[in-house]
Parts: sequence; C-alpha cells; structure tokens
Amino acid sequence: MVKVTVDGIPVEVPAGSSALQACEAAGKEIPRFCYHERLSVAGNCRMCLVEVSGGRKPVASCGFPIGDGMQIFTDTEVVRRARRAVMEFLLINHPLDCPICDQGGECDLQDQAFGYGADHSRYRENKRAVTDKYLGPLVKTVMTRCIQCTRCIRFSTEIAGVPELGGISRGENLEITNYVEKALTSELSGNLIDICPVGALTSQPYAFTARSWELRRTDSIDVCDAVGTNIVMHARGAAVLRIVPRINDEVNEEWLSDKGRFVVDGFRRRRLDRPWVRVDGRLQPAGWQDAFATIATRLKSVPGERIGAIAGDMCDAESMMALKDLMGTLGSSNIDCRQDGAKYDMSRRDFYTFNSGIAGIEDADALLIVGSIPRQEAPVLNARIRKRFLAAGRGGFPIGMIGAPNADPTYTAEVLGAGPDTLAELADGKLAFADVLKNAEKPMVILGHGALTRPDGQAIAKACWDLAVQVGAITPDWHGFNVLHTAASRVAGLDLGLVPGPKGRDVAGMLDGGVDVLWLLGADEFATDRIGPETFVIYQGHHGDAGAARADVILPGTLYAEKPGTYTNTEGRVQEAFRAIMPPGDAREDWRILRAFSEVVGRKLPYDTIEALRARMVRANPAFGVAWARHGTSDMTPPQAGTVIMSSDPFHPVIADYYLTHAMCRASPTMETCSGIYVRPAIAAE
Amino acid sequence: MSVQPNAPEGAEPTQFAFDAESEQQIATILAKYPPERKASGVLPLLYVVQKQMGRQTGSAWIPRVAMDVVAERLEMAPIRVYEVATFYLMFNTKPIGRYHLQVCTTTSCWLRGSDDVTAACKAATGIRAFGETSSDGLFTLTEVECLGACANAPILQVDDDYYEDLDGPRTIELIEALKRGERPTPGPTIDRLNSAPAGGRKVLVEDAAQKPQGQG
Repeated sequence: MVKVTVDGIPVEVPAGSSALQACEAAGKEIPRFCYHERLSVAGNCRMCLVEVSGGRKPVASCGFPIGDGMQIFTDTEVVRRARRAVMEFLLINHPLDCPICDQGGECDLQDQAFGYGADHSRYRENKRAVTDKYLGPLVKTVMTRCIQCTRCIRFSTEIAGVPELGGISRGENLEITNYVEKALTSELSGNLIDICPVGALTSQPYAFTARSWELRRTDSIDVCDAVGTNIVMHARGAAVLRIVPRINDEVNEEWLSDKGRFVVDGFRRRRLDRPWVRVDGRLQPAGWQDAFATIATRLKSVPGERIGAIAGDMCDAESMMALKDLMGTLGSSNIDCRQDGAKYDMSRRDFYTFNSGIAGIEDADALLIVGSIPRQEAPVLNARIRKRFLAAGRGGFPIGMIGAPNADPTYTAEVLGAGPDTLAELADGKLAFADVLKNAEKPMVILGHGALTRPDGQAIAKACWDLAVQVGAITPDWHGFNVLHTAASRVAGLDLGLVPGPKGRDVAGMLDGGVDVLWLLGADEFATDRIGPETFVIYQGHHGDAGAARADVILPGTLYAEKPGTYTNTEGRVQEAFRAIMPPGDAREDWRILRAFSEVVGRKLPYDTIEALRARMVRANPAFGVAWARHGTSDMTPPQAGTVIMSSDPFHPVIADYYLTHAMCRASPTMETCSGIYVRPAIAAE
Repeated sequence: MSVQPNAPEGAEPTQFAFDAESEQQIATILAKYPPERKASGVLPLLYVVQKQMGRQTGSAWIPRVAMDVVAERLEMAPIRVYEVATFYLMFNTKPIGRYHLQVCTTTSCWLRGSDDVTAACKAATGIRAFGETSSDGLFTLTEVECLGACANAPILQVDDDYYEDLDGPRTIELIEALKRGERPTPGPTIDRLNSAPAGGRKVLVEDAAQKPQGQG
C-alpha cells in the first residue's frame, strides 16, 4: 500500500495504482472519457488532468503512477483551466446535435461540458464530418460525434476478443472503423453502446425511442442464458424499452450479452394476453373461469399418474415451486424441468452447478471445456474466461477443449478431441494436457450440455468428476468441477426437485401418449410434435410459440419483466428480479395462476403471498435462503454414472442459432435480423 | 487535406500473393524478429507489398486484399494492419500513377521556391491539385511534409529518389525526362555535391587541391 494525499485527504492505495484511482479512493470524481476501469489505459482524451506536487504541469491521472507521499490536487485553478481547454478542444469538432442525439441525458460529454465547457465557441471554422460506419444491426453509428476515446477499439479487442475495430488514418482524419463494412461478429457488441461516452455508438433498435430521464428503472435478472446477468429494465408506461447491464463483479462485471439486451422488442409481440380454449379443434378466446373449468373437467377422470408437467427454460423459481406442489396435490410425480433431456445426479448440488464461480475463473490456472461452447452458451462468462486468458499472459492459462467449436472461442484453446474418448485419454495421461491440468494449482473443468444432453451424459459427468479429482481440481478450498447450464431456470428447477419421482416419467416419457394431461409451464424447447394426439395440453406461458400452438387450453402467463421472481444461475447463486411492467391483457403472474387453479380443483396450495411461497421454497431447499459463496469440498464421491455407458460419438453444439434460442427471441424482430445476418449465412456456407 | 482511405470502386484487386522476389525479402525481414513478435514486421512487409504492386502493375499502392495477406502472414488482426497502413502517408491506400511526385512544401522548401516546383509539376503533368493523378496515368502529385533535406531545398521526391535544389524549369525538364522513360540521376540538380557549396569547396581549398574533389 502506498500513502498519498488527494486535496489534503490522506488515502492508502495499492502500489501500482494510478493517480486517478487514488483520487477515486479519496472520493474525488475525476472527469474522463477514454479511461474505463475494465479496459487498458489509453490516456488520449486528457480530460482527467490533475496537478501533482513537484510536477511542473498537469498530468493525465489515468496513466500516472502514484508514488509514496505524493500530493495530488484535483481542484486547483491550473487543473480547472486545463480541463476547460481540453473540453474546448473536444468540442471543436463535436456537433451540437444533442437535441436529436440518443445519448442526450446520459452523455459523458454533455455532463462534463456542463462542468467544464465554455458558454460559447471561439471557432468559426467548419466542423469535421465523418461518414457513418456499418457495424451490424445492433449498433448504430453517428461517427461525427466520435471524440476518438478508443474505448470501443479496446473493448472489442480486449473484452469481446474480436479485434475488428480500429482507428484508421491519423490526426484530424482519424476515424474509428472496422474498415470493411461488416457486422461486428461478437455476442457482446451491445456493450459498445454503454461504453461509448458520447452518442457515436448508440442502440439501433432503441433509436429515437425515449429519453433517458423518462425511463423507470427496475432491477432484474437476465433469463436468456444461465449466467444470471444483473440487468436494469428501462420502462416507460406499459413497455420495457431497453435493457442495460447492472454492475455485479461476481457475475457479469458490467457486460450483457446481445441476446439479453436486444430481446426486449420480443416482449410485446406474439404475446398470449387472454386465456384460450380449444373448441372443436380451434382455439377460442375464453375467460379465466372457463379455462380453469375446462381443465378441471378434463382432470376429473384422469388418475394422477397420467398427468404430467414440463417447466420451461425461463421460469422463475416461484412458479416452478407452485407447479411442483400442484402436481403433488394431483398425485402426479411426472414432472420435469429438463426439456433438453439433460441428465444429472441430483444427490448433491455441486454435481450440477458451476462451483468455481464465475469470478473464480480469474483464480484458475488451467481449464478444460467439455462439450460446451461458452461463447454461445454464456457470452458473458466467456468474456471472463478471456479476461483470465489475457491476464495470465502468453501460455499462462492453458485451455483445452473437447468438442470443437464452430466459432472462434476468442481465446487460444487447444482442441484436444471431439468426443468422450478424449476424456478417457486424459484420464489415462496419454495427452500432454493431462499434465497441464495436473501441474496446475487450481484447474477447472467446465462440463457443458453438449455432453449432458446425450444418453451417456451421466457417464461423461462422472468421468469429468473423476478427472477433476485426479488432477487435484477438487480440494477443500477449490472446487474445479463446473456445469455450465444454458437454461436460466434449470438450477432452480433442479434445486426444487422438478424431476420425475421414483415412478414418474421424464420429458421423453410424457411424450407419445405417455400422459393424458400435460401441463406446459413456458415449455417450448422440446419436440412438441411428439406429444400424443390424445394428450390434453395446457400451455401456461407468455409467448405463442411451439407449446401454445399445440395447446388445448392456453393460460396467459408473464415474462420475467412482468413479475417478481427468483432465478438461480449456473453457479447456484440465487438472485431476485423485480417487476418492471404490468403484464398485458388478462395475463397473470404464473404462481398466482397455479395457486388460483389449485383452488378450482379443490386442492388449495398453502400460500397466498409471494413471501409465503418463498418461505416454502426455502423449506424445499435451504439453498434459496442462503447467499452464494465460493466453496470447496472434501467429499470426492463421484456422481452416479447412470446406466448408459460412454459412447465415442463426438459432442455436438447445443445451440444451433444463438439469436433464436427461446420463444421470446423468436418473437423479436431484432433477434430475427441478427440471425439472418450472423447465423444463416454461416449455416448456408457449410 | 482529406484522406480517402478506401480505393475507388473497381480499383481493388480481388487477390494478392507475394511473388518470389518479395518472398525473399520477407524471409530477410522476418528473420529479424522473434517468431511470437513477428507482428513487428508489419511496416517493412507493407513496403514489400507496395514495391511489388509497383513492379507488377506500375502503380505502387497497397490494396486491402494485400493487407489481409500481410495480416495472415504475421498472424495479426487485419484491422491492425489497416491502422498502420492508413496512418503512414508513405503507404498509398489507393492506386497512384507510375511516378509518385512528392513535393515538399514545408517552410525551408517553401522559402526556397517550392511553389514554383508545384506549379511546374502541375504544368508538366496536367494535374490540377494535390492528390490527383494525371490523365495519362503516369504521375500522381502529393504534398508532403518536411523530407529532411532542407539544405537542398526545394525538393521533389520521385518515388524513393530525391531531386534537389530544383526550380521551375529544371522540374519541367525532370518530368519530361521521366515521361521519356528516363531516370535522371537523383541528387542536386545544380552544380554541387550533396549539400556541399555550389561550385565546389569554399574553404580548406589547399587541402582540396591535394585530394580529388568529391571524396568529402
């Protein structure tokens, strides 16, 4: 630690800190454009000038290393004049189009010009104009507004791992561009919008939609993947207009995947906003009571073991708890939350969670990825892997992959093999990478659903666990066995036991006439065409997708923005989302629908408030009541290997089209456009 | 001055490959850097491209496909090569004429008559403004900053050769020679050696009498 004084306030900061960090530690706000906490220091905007004792002229604090006993002055006349001069330079070429700029109201330049700008311009020359660039369907460019802070270049190169942006030409002619009129190939490109301090990079789908001060902000959790990205819903009136990330260093830092950000225009399209009942083969609009009565009538003649329920990938824990309880009261143990047919040993929580933690990736020193493509399954988590990869330097964080990705993973990974055979070879020490894992102090194994959704998934999971134990990845202080989920609801579903009972049927068992009545809670990602023709299907959900098309009764539910809900991410971290907007039409909160229906069939569920339901969840699994923490284990007992022995088929990716993985994004025009630009040409080319 | 980085429509070739001569030069260049730092070779490699284009097409410029080839060879992101190529004005990112006339108009040259040189260039080639290529495709006229040969101002750099101590008529003479396919000897166009005094030595003449002139 180094002692410095900022404006007379003594602070202690770690050695190697910059003057800017010392100022922040002292609570002084330093204006800046190019400096960003999570990017390398560029030092080219010069806005963060401060005075340092003994210095003859102001220094750029972002790149100025502190020394012991240094005195920093952030608010002297020299500093103020210097910043005013920098601001004047920045504004020479910046257009005065704030009234028509989407950044207006949340613009760093606007805010800082308020503090350091002059009331008039001394320049009569023409302003520089720059042609706009095409960066794809998500990021809109107005490059004349660019102040060349180069944050976007550093973000795409360092965080996103797609070095496609650069600054061409020089001096006054410097332009930020990708040079080749091609869409940015990143699943994190939306973050460029947040990172741009001015209005040069703004959101294309959100263009001219609202002003930042009109928006109501509600904290929420992203459900497009299992990372549990912390987000803020920005709503006006009855609509969520945009989604931005919220800082959580443990989970997403301050990034958000493109799907989680731009899915928002799917919220209001293809919505189920009233109950429907199929009469003579056609769905007819109905009231809630009619719909409930129809289901109750149908249920009367059906024994419990002929009733089944499937929970979808975006359900909140509350509705899954209510669904499980309802099925229990109806005498059914046919319930499943694993639409993709993945297999887990659920006897211990660490058999199906990401135990190292997302932030824990930064402590790991070797990584093996089995049957997973993190870049598509969890882009934000992938950015963390890349962060670790970069921080470790050349060869410092060896990464091995089993199952070749079809896209650049954004870091150097050695493709060890295509299928489970490679796992066996690693266990036998036949591959050099086995020694890499062994010699590492904190090795990690990430097991993905490319492996777990196979018939031999459990055998692969056991093999991975055994390998992890063998290479010393599981210790009392470090848990290197990680399951990377793709479904936001999955861990909560497993925690609550939404899996078939001893004689119950799983998803496959409920299809082809395995049950007479099938309750789908937002479940669309399975072979709905294989539901038996005689099966009576109730679809409770928010979007008219595959499940609703097959349904006999549709109960309009709510999506994650419209209900308070609990979501457990792939780590097993329990996070709460709040209601941003009211559901459309007659749609209701999902747990309330199940609770109301239970009363209609005379099996009232024992909770009337969400608090009571949450208390029930904690009783079902104490994990819902405790804060998540990184943990190790000394119990090396492997998970059950299942009955199917490991085959040698290669792993296949679980995501065919990143932009169209669930009902909400299939309803989103933006996601549709992205799929058309990024995915379909690639598929056609193969 | 406005830089238009992209080549005009249709001028961009569809492919580029190093020829044998370039490959030989590249081998020499890359031997200077450790393999994991070979991206350092980007500047010399871009020169190799520009020279090869000059040899092959008579227009020494760097098309984008060639930058992609350089990026691939040096295992770096293409945009990093575009950045370098567009930063340095010595790299031409759009086609130029066979001869690249680069007039220095910085202070020393300007004081010594670079305006006359510019006017002569324009008159002899039919070019109207800096940045243009003559209609016969032979000449491209560019305004450059100080070439570091102020003692011999004004300077006209033709491709890599300095023609020094110019004035209007001698510039026209030079350009006419180039048009005829000749390459006059680079250096001062008046009676002097390098930047030695015009007409021979003015001091230490006794010493000069003993030695043949020109060994200074």
